[in-house]
Amino acid sequence: MKKNGLIIVVLLLLCAVIVCVPLLTIKDSEFGGADGQAEEAITAIDPDYEPWASSILEPPGGETESLLFALQAAIGAGVVCFGLGYLVARRKYRSAGQTE
Amino acid sequence: MKPMERRLFGLSLVLAAAFCLAVPAGAMHIMEGYLPLSHSVVWGVVCLPFVVLGIARIRKIVETHRKTLLLLAMAGAYCFLLSALKLPSVSGSSSHPTGTGLGAILFGPAPMAVLGLIVLLFQAVLLAHGGLTTLGANTFSMAIAGPFVSFGVYALCRKLNVNRKIGVFLAAALGDLLTYVVTSIQLALAHPSATGGFVGSLTEFLGIFAVTQVPLAIVEGLLTVVVVLALENLARPELKELGYLGGAAA
Repeated sequence: MKKNGLIIVVLLLLCAVIVCVPLLTIKDSEFGGADGQAEEAITAIDPDYEPWASSILEPPGGETESLLFALQAAIGAGVVCFGLGYLVARRKYRSAGQTE
Repeated sequence: MKPMERRLFGLSLVLAAAFCLAVPAGAMHIMEGYLPLSHSVVWGVVCLPFVVLGIARIRKIVETHRKTLLLLAMAGAYCFLLSALKLPSVSGSSSHPTGTGLGAILFGPAPMAVLGLIVLLFQAVLLAHGGLTTLGANTFSMAIAGPFVSFGVYALCRKLNVNRKIGVFLAAALGDLLTYVVTSIQLALAHPSATGGFVGSLTEFLGIFAVTQVPLAIVEGLLTVVVVLALENLARPELKELGYLGGAAA
């Protein structure tokens, strides 16, 4: 148990480091989406290609888009953490019931 | 599987096979409108049998393993959460992990076809990320190919008696990475370069997607190990029921 706790902390720190390193080392980039790069690559490979459909709902701007992404992450995190909370409480009260 | 589902599965399988044969030589998620119509349709049809199988699998889980529903919801939500996080990468651009490995390890690959499809639908409709015309191709890469690789890698690691944590890490990371390899292949098939042909385009797209994805795949692998460790600690009865921790197989 103690050992697992330590592993979890180390792994999370490692994640943070991996994400931060490019931010600190690459200065001249805006970190745009890889899909934007792919669009450019397609245009370079196939200059005549015209996208024949466009998104039905384009968020009006960066703010709304970040709202929706935050919402998506919040819903995901909400459900994951609800589940974890349920499981933690279940174990806590089950063992409390057994000792009484 | 119920008779109705079996019929649907059979029908979709036949359709998919027919379309596979009929393919003319001819992204993060792939952007709306960036695959020709024929490719969009083919990828969509190829996905059908997996989605039908996934629905049948989920129905079986709901009926016979009700206890594990919470875990299924968590696996879906994990996918939802991770694919909202666009992380910076060494290539100077951003991409996001897929989060499908966790569910594939716990529940097998089929249910993830459905869960991944829901995530992709949300992003395509509301976020203009990916698209409805490319939904089939993106479902194939993220919700089918990725989870199947995760599941296979994990099963292989178990067989070879590799440490369970390392198995989970490899499964999640490789499933994530392969998703983007498949995306690159799909784009290269649709847009072969005039000089280098399919291979030329493939190298180009792999350079964009796969290289960006390597560190993110490692992050997803590590995070998935964290979640699995927490679940091993807290949800032993459910994991046993799923066959993840010995006991009866699901």
